[in-house]
Amino acid sequence: MGLTKYILQRFVLTIPMVFILLSVVFLVLRLMPGDPVLAMLGGRNVSPELMERKRHEMGLDKPLGVQYVEYMGGILRGDFGKSSRTGQPVLYELFSRLPATVELAIWGMFFAGLFGITTGILAATRADRPADHTVRVFHIGSFALPIFWVGLMLQVIFGVKLGWFPVAGRLAGRYAFTFNRITGFYFLDALILRDWALLADVVKHLVLPAVTLGLAQAGLLGRITRASMLEVLDADYVTTARSKGLAERIVVMKHALRNALIPIVTVLGLQFAILMGGAVLTETVFSWPGIAGFLVRSLDARDWWALQGTIAFIGIFIATINLVVDILYSFIDPRVRY
Amino acid sequence: MSRWLVRAILWPFRKLGAGRAAIRHQTLLKVGLVMVTAFIAMAVICGPRGGGEYGLLPFAPPYNPEQSYSEFPRLAPPSPSHWMGTDHLQRDVFSRVIAGGWAPIAVAFASIAIALSVGSLIGWVSGYIGGWLDRVLSLTMDAIYSFPSMILAIALVAVIGTGITPMIAAIAFVYVPTYFRITRAEVLQVREQTFVEAARAVGVPGPRLLLRHIAPNTVNAIMAVSSFNIADAILTEAALSFLGYGLPPPAPDWGFDIQNGQRFLQAGYWWLITFPGLMILALSLGFGLIGEGVSDLMNPKRRRKKIR
Repeated sequence: MGLTKYILQRFVLTIPMVFILLSVVFLVLRLMPGDPVLAMLGGRNVSPELMERKRHEMGLDKPLGVQYVEYMGGILRGDFGKSSRTGQPVLYELFSRLPATVELAIWGMFFAGLFGITTGILAATRADRPADHTVRVFHIGSFALPIFWVGLMLQVIFGVKLGWFPVAGRLAGRYAFTFNRITGFYFLDALILRDWALLADVVKHLVLPAVTLGLAQAGLLGRITRASMLEVLDADYVTTARSKGLAERIVVMKHALRNALIPIVTVLGLQFAILMGGAVLTETVFSWPGIAGFLVRSLDARDWWALQGTIAFIGIFIATINLVVDILYSFIDPRVRY
Repeated sequence: MSRWLVRAILWPFRKLGAGRAAIRHQTLLKVGLVMVTAFIAMAVICGPRGGGEYGLLPFAPPYNPEQSYSEFPRLAPPSPSHWMGTDHLQRDVFSRVIAGGWAPIAVAFASIAIALSVGSLIGWVSGYIGGWLDRVLSLTMDAIYSFPSMILAIALVAVIGTGITPMIAAIAFVYVPTYFRITRAEVLQVREQTFVEAARAVGVPGPRLLLRHIAPNTVNAIMAVSSFNIADAILTEAALSFLGYGLPPPAPDWGFDIQNGQRFLQAGYWWLITFPGLMILALSLGFGLIGEGVSDLMNPKRRRKKIR
């Protein structure tokens, strides 16, 4: 199968997936016990007339089928509704926050890879020795980390007690009015502007949330690295490399790691969905102005359209990421195309 | 005593066919089981007994976790009289921590039990019947599965409401696709095996074939995954409660207590968040270790591989 055909096929397969996901979101939000109108109006003791009026205003009194068609039609036209909290279209709100979330996710992945892959290699090269056992326990432990708590603890230790890093936001207050967004990815913006003080500030703000997000993912990545490395270290070409008299460091880093990386890269891509879940909590804890933080604030404000639109947006976003990862993967490992 | 305890806890695993020798080497499984048993005992002994009262013993918990005591200092650090300090409402943090374990445990067990039953039932039927039903169900489940479970759970709870039951419903919903996928994949494999063919040839009717011959062979796979999922569900419960969708205050709930402590973090009052967080970590870790041990038991090939 040619590359173009593979990409096309993957793309076509994504469409029903997104369609079903959007339908599930719609049905779940409509059919779950619990009344969004009642919730919006603050819970108990609301007069039936007020409920009826609000229901009509929100279009929730129409038949389910009509609502569904309107909802799907809206999404197709790029209309995700209007946030009742900010008064702006939901899509606008989301796009203005997307760079913050993506930037956090990328750096989170970087730290996950840094911790996970290095400890995984360490464990694999010292299999069944104390270092391996220690690392394995840490990997299992990382699954059990409540991510919001990790964030808060890092804030206490490195923010409050040691004072090394700021504990909230993406930039120091002094940049709030002077800094012009270019791409919205502040790290990139600072590089483009060649403003090194700004870059340092951006990095300082990024470290704690990114480490928080990365730590929770590091365990899974580390285990896969370990397993994959063990497999590869057993292969004939590694034995050959060793018998040629190559230094162990070169055998491990050049011959083994490169081949062990294939499953690791796949997992990195697939982890993106989990990463988004972790981002909700990380963004909340660090007052990070991203999509996930927007979702939580919309929930607190009982902003129904923002909730529905954000969930649909995240679903489409994840499906797109998975598609891109699959296509990239077919470049790395041509075998998957067949 | 402790040996007897370990043996009693391991009994169901013996019954599942895991040999004595296999279990002897499962340090992870043993440690996990002891941790989880300790937590469950703590939750039962120190949990609510109705009417705002807590604990079956007079000293566990030492104070009522919901009550503000005017003689207690406000926001005092840990000391011999308050092992984990006091909070802003003059409550004893230690009492709140040991009394707050029942909610995560109950929510995690109940939600995974529901997800397991519903998910595997649909998975068995879907995998066995096949056809368009299977295709539609698989696509739907895959769609839900691909969505970040934490975000889905938060959105569901926001619609259903706050408290124990909504949390159980939301977390259960999120995990249904996991069990669907596992059982379906297993059924597809098992149903092609010769003993199923033999049973079919003898004339065993469809439903019986599924329940007696195919379904039991998928249980191992479910077992290993469910401990991991309980570990994960505990974290989800804690996160929901942290975001304010858990037990209504003043009931002790670790996640919510952490949210409360967050406000005093800038002032350096570390004990308000440290101890509830450690409890969440330890409880989830206990289930994670069990999951690790069970998957090693079920799949000997996964056990450590010697190299060189």
